[in-house]
Amino acid sequence: MNSERPDPAEQAEADSKSNVEAEPVTDPNPNRPSGRARADGGRMAAMPGPAPEERPHPEGRRNTEGIRIDPVVEAEHTPRRAVISALVEDEPGVLARVSGLVSRRQFNIESLTVGPTTVDGHSRITMVVEETDPGIDQIEKQMAKLKPVISVGEVSGNAVCTELVLLKVRGEEPDKVHAVTEMYDGRTLDAGPRTITVQLTGDESTIDDALDAFRQFGILEIARTGQTALARGDVPTAPGEKPGTAGEPTKPDQR
Amino acid sequence: MSDTAARSREEEPEEPGDDAPEQDAPQSTDDAAADTGSSDTPVSTGAESVVAALEAAGAKTAFGVQGGAIMPVYDALYSSSIRHVTMAHEQGASHAADAYGVVAGEPGICLATSGPGATNLVTGIADADMDSDAMLALTGQVPTEFVGNDAFQETDTVGVTRPITKHNYFAGDADAVGDVVGEAFELARVGRPGPTLVDLPKDVTLTETDRTPGPAKAPAGTDPDPSADPEAVERAARAIENAERPLCLFGGGVIKAEASDAARTFARTYEIPVTTTMPGIGSFPEDDELALSWAGMHGTGYANMAITHTDCLIAIGTRFDDRLTGGIDTFAPEAEVVHVDIDPAEISKNVYADYPLIGDAGTVIDQLTAALRQVPDADEWRERCQEWKETYPLTYATPEDEPLKPQFVVEAFDEATDADTIVTTGVGQHQMWAAQFWTYTEPRTWVSSHGLGTMGYGLPAAIGARFAADARGEPDRDVICFDGDGSFLMTLQELSVAVREDLNITVAVLNNEYIGMVRQWQDAFFEGRHMASEYNWMPEFDKLAEAFGALGIRVDGYDEVAPAVEEALAYDGPAVIDFHIDPVENVLPMVPSGGANGRFALAEDQL
Repeated sequence: MNSERPDPAEQAEADSKSNVEAEPVTDPNPNRPSGRARADGGRMAAMPGPAPEERPHPEGRRNTEGIRIDPVVEAEHTPRRAVISALVEDEPGVLARVSGLVSRRQFNIESLTVGPTTVDGHSRITMVVEETDPGIDQIEKQMAKLKPVISVGEVSGNAVCTELVLLKVRGEEPDKVHAVTEMYDGRTLDAGPRTITVQLTGDESTIDDALDAFRQFGILEIARTGQTALARGDVPTAPGEKPGTAGEPTKPDQR
Repeated sequence: MSDTAARSREEEPEEPGDDAPEQDAPQSTDDAAADTGSSDTPVSTGAESVVAALEAAGAKTAFGVQGGAIMPVYDALYSSSIRHVTMAHEQGASHAADAYGVVAGEPGICLATSGPGATNLVTGIADADMDSDAMLALTGQVPTEFVGNDAFQETDTVGVTRPITKHNYFAGDADAVGDVVGEAFELARVGRPGPTLVDLPKDVTLTETDRTPGPAKAPAGTDPDPSADPEAVERAARAIENAERPLCLFGGGVIKAEASDAARTFARTYEIPVTTTMPGIGSFPEDDELALSWAGMHGTGYANMAITHTDCLIAIGTRFDDRLTGGIDTFAPEAEVVHVDIDPAEISKNVYADYPLIGDAGTVIDQLTAALRQVPDADEWRERCQEWKETYPLTYATPEDEPLKPQFVVEAFDEATDADTIVTTGVGQHQMWAAQFWTYTEPRTWVSSHGLGTMGYGLPAAIGARFAADARGEPDRDVICFDGDGSFLMTLQELSVAVREDLNITVAVLNNEYIGMVRQWQDAFFEGRHMASEYNWMPEFDKLAEAFGALGIRVDGYDEVAPAVEEALAYDGPAVIDFHIDPVENVLPMVPSGGANGRFALAEDQL
């Protein structure tokens, strides 16, 4: 069975031949397989039945999300921003599980924050995602499958959302920096001869506007926490979550 | 392999396990242990409570390879009722455990040491994850005080296996370790099954504990409600009743849920034709009049025609893998989809479910049966399905001037064995022929690597399947491993285990001296450039088998097939038949990747 490789030049010639000619090439060594020679020319008998294009085929189609396309009204799913809140058990690796899930399934996330709740052993993860409705649905369902995730859901549209930003700008024009900081209800945390560090909080559009205004001074460094959110009023932030105070379980009745 | 030498040496200058436990005693007590454990029992070690938890969970068999960090657990197995099978390689242990679970219907167990032992399990864990097979992996770990220090044979096993397990645990507490192992065993089994892993630091398994693990229970909220929403069931029932072209699609979930009987009764009662997925093979008898066999890339033409033309697809326990659906745009394009699954995340993940029914396959089938008021009026559709069976039969030619055809070998084994025979496979062309040309009639008789597509799965899986059949009191069932030459080469060292344990298995190597499926794709899509798919030398597998101590037979021609099959099946112990088959035989029909199922190719030039 141990035979030498064919000469490359000959082989190249044989290859080019076998691609254009339909006649079977004689196998030089019948003891070892030579697919090049034999795969050529439709050697294998076709299975019975009409060829693909001769078969009837339905007109219908599905879109990339597997939804049947209604020719009249095709549902268009455009990505939107959603805030997803999850109540999780504060055990080692829980953040790695969530972030690993997000990266593995290619979910588009803008920010992710995590912090303790009033209940020992429970943390809240807040995630801002940019996804289609089916994508958001998948994120919630896949997160719910993680064992440490107690409850997860999208925070309703009118939730309280805010972000904290620290930024350091050049200190050449302290009065102007101060004025802009005041305008956006920020705080000056540190002011030196060369740099000024400012703290801003607010929803996304406030922060965006403020950063635009600060750009004139030259932003040297910036650190952002990402959006965090709570539902308004009596609505639980994560589905089924009970209002919790220290020592009381916030565990929902069902997952 | 360097780790083997290192493991056998075990001079352990850096193994403080024996003197460390006292000051390493765990600080926190796990909730589960506090709830259920009892502490008035004689003092034992963490390792002993691991084994006690496995015994309490009903484990009978475990597959593994020894090594430094897992030694305390092995020492505890010394006096256990659990039968431990030493495999040649940890990958073999993981596949054997996976297949054991498939055949036995309970989680398979595999063990390995830290570092290379654990990483060698990874392929098998990923395989179990993709196929939703219940499996528990126990890995040794360096003592907790060394964790994170890049100690000898340290790997972040929990980190490595996080994305490929249902959940994994770092057991840092000797008092809780037994309960953690019990929980991991249960979690692997409940709901949608999957692999779990417990990483066991050596100091934890050596530490003394007076706690006996409580009864194993799955974590809260992981054992889902078996029933689907009754209103959703009603709506789905109306859709099924009104369908003109209804079609069942049974996936692996039907078998895992032990719902094959219910599914059969359902299809027959409502006279609905049945296709399966590959993991669903065996859920419905392929010799039934309603059976259309399995659909997808190399599925039957008639299954793919039916799935393309149905107006109501009743899909049970399937995740709509791309090898099944082909291009999503052309998958069952006119069908309303009734999707039954225990995992809500599978609903509308790949294919939109018009009628999502979240629940256990058997329970939901019962619910549907109760809700259905009439048999769908589908005489014409059933006739069309029968016509497709006649129009697109699975055939192959056997010209005398050509080498042995692999399909003939598969059929010869099928004819020579009983219906309860277990078939395992590697991955590639041989796997497809074994799926196409064997008529499967019973669940848990088809054991293969579907989602991950792991070459080398077949032989260790046959070993696991053999132990599972024996553990079920079915020693007379035959276990046949169809393997490719490329697949077999990847794990054939496990033949040493089959010989040592005197296992009645038969390996049928369909040897074409190619990575055949790659060769087929190269011919179809890469202008026949056989890069790295063609072997210019292959060992003689029959002689290799003899060197291992197994029966080895070589077969070149048709007339040798039946006698060889008979001899191998009659042989008391493992047998390997090296079938030298037609090297250029291709697997057909074929739906090219992303293509339309209804446009399957029946010949190479149709691709």
